[in-house]
Amino acid sequence: MKYIDEYRDAKAVQRFSRAIKRITTRDWTLMEICGGQTHAIVKYGIDELLPQGITLLHGPGCPVCVTPVELIDKGVDIAGMPHVIFTSFGDMLRVPGTRGDLLTAKSRGGDVRIVYSPMDALKLAQANPDKQVVFFAVGFETTAPANAMAVYQAKRQHVENFSILVSHVLVPPAIEAILGAPDTRVQGFLAAGHVCAVVGYEEYFPLAAKYHVPFVVTGFEPLDIMQGVYMLIKQMETGRAEVENQYVRCVRREGNLPAQKIVQDVFQIVPRKWRGIGEIPYSGLGLRDDYALFDAEKRFGVADYTADESPDCMSGAVLQGKLTPHQCAAFGTLCTPEHPLGATMVSSEGACAAYYRYRRQEIQHG
Amino acid sequence: MVDFALSCPVPTTASTIQMAHGSGGTAMHKLLESVFMPAFANPFLAVQHDSAALSISGTRLAFTTDSFVVHPLFFPGGDIGSLAVNGTVNDLAMCGARPLYLSAAFILEEGLPFETLQRVVDSMQAAAAAAGVYIVTGDTKVVDKGKGDGLYINTAGLGIIEHQLTIAPQTVCSGDVIILSGDVGRHGMAVMAVREGLEFESPITSDCAPLTAPIQKLLHEQIDIHCLRDLTRGGLASGLVEIATTAKLHLHVHEQAIPISEDVRGACEILGLDPLYVANEGCFIAFIAAQDAERALRVLGGQACRIGEVTSVHQCGLVTLQSAIGAARIMEMLSGEQLPRIC
Repeated sequence: MKYIDEYRDAKAVQRFSRAIKRITTRDWTLMEICGGQTHAIVKYGIDELLPQGITLLHGPGCPVCVTPVELIDKGVDIAGMPHVIFTSFGDMLRVPGTRGDLLTAKSRGGDVRIVYSPMDALKLAQANPDKQVVFFAVGFETTAPANAMAVYQAKRQHVENFSILVSHVLVPPAIEAILGAPDTRVQGFLAAGHVCAVVGYEEYFPLAAKYHVPFVVTGFEPLDIMQGVYMLIKQMETGRAEVENQYVRCVRREGNLPAQKIVQDVFQIVPRKWRGIGEIPYSGLGLRDDYALFDAEKRFGVADYTADESPDCMSGAVLQGKLTPHQCAAFGTLCTPEHPLGATMVSSEGACAAYYRYRRQEIQHG
Repeated sequence: MVDFALSCPVPTTASTIQMAHGSGGTAMHKLLESVFMPAFANPFLAVQHDSAALSISGTRLAFTTDSFVVHPLFFPGGDIGSLAVNGTVNDLAMCGARPLYLSAAFILEEGLPFETLQRVVDSMQAAAAAAGVYIVTGDTKVVDKGKGDGLYINTAGLGIIEHQLTIAPQTVCSGDVIILSGDVGRHGMAVMAVREGLEFESPITSDCAPLTAPIQKLLHEQIDIHCLRDLTRGGLASGLVEIATTAKLHLHVHEQAIPISEDVRGACEILGLDPLYVANEGCFIAFIAAQDAERALRVLGGQACRIGEVTSVHQCGLVTLQSAIGAARIMEMLSGEQLPRIC
């Protein structure tokens, strides 16, 4: 596959592996922010190709994993209402709330459908004027522009039976929360390439300066990640804390300006609760008042739900890089992909699910 | 202080059937182990192969059944009719049997156009003729509108085993070579593309086909076949894990050796799906004694290739995959259906 295979070339990856070993003189702890990177690291066994003293921590960049439990409850309840078609990206369907997940809502008779784009949900609303069509708008800066566009078009075209259940989160405030924690171990970040493709990477400069921590905007293929790690270690070994861009084929410093504009038109910055972590100020997006008509929380009267996490689930510590998945007592016993306690065990991007799928037996058999 | 012992576990264990129970992954295997295996326990069922191998008055027979609920009914490369014939024919072929006779039972939804039914039935007859089997008995039921997806088909099949081999997971042994008959992922992606209205430059075509001929060729050439598995629900990965688990052996597979067409790779890449878990309807893996492996590849021809081997590195049911960049990882069975990723 052109433009993919080149970045999975074993020889080129091995060259970076040798180069990283050559420049590494001491132990370093890095964090990849994005769940897509976590998935690639574990799927391809990239960490096996790094020197032993390099620790990769898996950050809070899986949108499925950080969506708070009460929001799942809201989705499940709305999906169970009559005359509702509840639409979502596929991997949200198995995330447990306190009363089951969206697949359970479907098995109880709810009309729950997987869509590949929020615009498909909007089309569904136009095709079913006698139904209420709700789209589960989760994700980081990457999914926000398309979700904003769906709401913008719904307003323009007067599609009043369309609404979105919003749980958008933003990456930089989460990074600042991790860096500001007293027991943080992270010495350098692989910043999420696709988030930066939308919003650029200006925001990382003050963070790099304030905490003296380097950032490398990094892609998602094995060669991208190896090069990102190489650039990060090179900075740390020479005492630099700069913002660099490995993912130049996708990311510009200023990002995608039209995408940012539509997001700003439709959404405003709000405090947001992160599953397993808690509320982080200025860390989410909510609909502006002009678009309040399309807010599913208001339309279906579910705005004031609260819920508690399972006390056995350590996903908050995993998401902040304080624990690796198999250090959690519930990992592989109480908590499995069939019966996940937390969202990190559900999504293919979740650190626990990635470890379970690719590492469990290694752990069991030594 | 919350009393954790009294608190409701999150999430609750599903007390009702979920879609995952039909997906070919671990949820389905748990259902088989917890409900069907104990209820019907007998030595034939315990082999856990695609067909049951039975001996009646000295004649060895293979017997199997399968139900077909595919939606849409028609897709590039096949339809529910050809699938219903080939699916059962292939389950028989995986025992090394020569398929002979099929039954066909139809559950029709009120309102189904005659024209649709006729198309499906014609397709079944064409597939049966191509596979060299007769549809010798059947049944028809009609359900109320809304209680069926147009048309469901169940087929059962009977075949004759004309060799002395025991083709089953239990026969697999260390040193065996794993051969894959062709490229993977086409059927699942062809159906998904139509079902979800995804448009690609050229439509992906299902690999739906009978596997009798290649298996009979292997048998005719007296290849020492230890096990065969067609790679339907759950795809190549689930087939490998099932056999490793039943045989309690370690399989090592090379990702680079697995043929996947460019259009399937592209579609999977866009949707965030792993083609190794996508369903097929016309390809299989064969576990062949090492000394016969090269000959088997020549007999199969086409895209057939060696993808791995059975080793004695681990003494347990385990599949490891040598990734594209040279590192090794575990290959697991999925719990339920693969779900497209957010971003």
